[in-house]
Amino acid sequence: MGITRDEVAHLARLSRMSVTDDELDALAPQLEAILSAVARVSEVAAADIPPTSHAVPLTNVFRPDVARPSLTAAEALAGAPATEDGRFRVPRILDPDE
Amino acid sequence: MTDHPTPSPTTTPAAAADVVHLTAAATAAAIAAGELSAVEATQAALDRIAKVDDTIHAFLHVDPEGALAAARSVDERRAAGERLGPLAGVPLALKDVLTARGMPTTCGSRILEGWHAPYDATVVSRLRAADVVLLGKVNMDEFAMGSSTENSAYGPTRNPWDTTRIPGGSSGGSAAAVAAFEAPLAIGTDTGGSIRQPAAVCGLVGVKPTYGGVSRYGLVAFSSSLDQAGPLARTVTDAALLHAAIAGHDPLDSTSVDVPVPAVVEAAGRRDIRGLRVGVVRELAGEGYDPGVQAAFAAAVETLTDLGAEVVEVSCPHFTYALAAYYLIAPSECSSNLARFDAMRFGLRVGDDGQAGAEEVMSRTREAGFGPEVKRRIILGTYALSSGYYDAYYGQAQKVRTLISRDFAAAFEQVDVLVSPTTPTPAFPLGAKVDDPVAMYLSDLCTIPSNLAGGPAMSLPAGLADGLPVGIQIMAPPFADDRLYLVGGALEEALDARRGHALLDEAPAL
Repeated sequence: MGITRDEVAHLARLSRMSVTDDELDALAPQLEAILSAVARVSEVAAADIPPTSHAVPLTNVFRPDVARPSLTAAEALAGAPATEDGRFRVPRILDPDE
Repeated sequence: MTDHPTPSPTTTPAAAADVVHLTAAATAAAIAAGELSAVEATQAALDRIAKVDDTIHAFLHVDPEGALAAARSVDERRAAGERLGPLAGVPLALKDVLTARGMPTTCGSRILEGWHAPYDATVVSRLRAADVVLLGKVNMDEFAMGSSTENSAYGPTRNPWDTTRIPGGSSGGSAAAVAAFEAPLAIGTDTGGSIRQPAAVCGLVGVKPTYGGVSRYGLVAFSSSLDQAGPLARTVTDAALLHAAIAGHDPLDSTSVDVPVPAVVEAAGRRDIRGLRVGVVRELAGEGYDPGVQAAFAAAVETLTDLGAEVVEVSCPHFTYALAAYYLIAPSECSSNLARFDAMRFGLRVGDDGQAGAEEVMSRTREAGFGPEVKRRIILGTYALSSGYYDAYYGQAQKVRTLISRDFAAAFEQVDVLVSPTTPTPAFPLGAKVDDPVAMYLSDLCTIPSNLAGGPAMSLPAGLADGLPVGIQIMAPPFADDRLYLVGGALEEALDARRGHALLDEAPAL
């Protein structure tokens, strides 16, 4: 199963990651090589085998609903690229033309 | 970013050069006996870092003030008669993927350059509680993706055995720091072999504990169902002491399992494996395995027989598909986990000029902040999870994961532990595989099955191939981590006795 340069560009957009033309030129053949290596998994007859998502058989881990110490707002904001009035400041999220 | 320390010249006695060669156990014993102070041990490590780290480049950040303050506290409490733990005052290098207050956490990435976590990882709070002295943060492949530490945004680390070669990865800084005698102990993390492969190629003991045995709280996630922190050390006993210090249930990690920590320290000291059943994995040998690696591995297996173990060959037929399954599962989880680096709440933000929208800022930040391997894996994972491909790739890989776990379960009905070489080749030259991801991925061929099935595994120095270290891997069933230390302790003692010294004594002086 092949992967084209256009598909890589589309996947990069889905990943919210700009890529340059040079990066696309390098990535497409590399991903092609990786995919042809990992496609081996399809050789295994596994139609009736259940999938494993996790090595530990734990489900629904609960804890008591009690308050415990947490970060202060100042600590939580300390690593932010921009803050305003005790909140994260982010670029606009709506398109002005919409 | 690399801020090397300029500690004042040591004022410790002439023995300072020897202090850095002590094992962690011997360092702690000397401190407890009052023969060595924790400050002297720490200063000796800092001096060693100042002397050799320009060459090795293991450290991304050194914290002399914090380390010496922790050491002084140990000395003061010892003087006051307080009973201290078995690693009190011992210096340690921390992989830069675990958060620690007062130090940056970069994960080897530009996207987190200068970021300081506001909390300690559970591994770190346990180390502090055990009075281990944190020297600083060590280098790694970006977000733990790689097998050579060349994917760090802050430059590669060099192998102390041959500085033209890779130290392994992704915990290459951890392994190089211990092999270069900059620290007797280091913490690494292992998602597909990232503790064991660097330990193997640097001539160290490295252990991936059972998944769920060590808390992942504060371990910046790459592949959440596989990531596990563990010890790197120069001896099996030292690794056991560090393992015991960091392991155990943590309510802050919902995948942490509430079972007693296996008695790893006791197992390391038992040194008797008569009657133990050892399985050599048939599928982890043959084509692609360096002849020197095969010879060193065979000699180590022979030694196990000499020690009274019953060695048999065991087949794990699906292990040959483990690498393929891993390179679907890990990138899929990576593409999801690394979505958190969105330029909004922490780390780098690029292109926020007041006009650009959030999505454009996000895209430009991730372009500038992530290196090539991280981008490859995010795109690969996004592909494997996309509709139309999910069943053929991610879904099928999860089924193969089940079959690998079944192979392990069947094997452990016949034997107590499994063994294989840790890596197919010794350390390769820097730059040899940077442009060939598939070749790089083969470094993890033998280590990946344990990550997929969750069981513990150790790499132990087996010998040399053309002057470079070779590791033997020991694998055990989940939560039988003590078996690794039982076999490792006995084998280490026998191999050291045969050689007349520890393997690391043969490393060239730096």
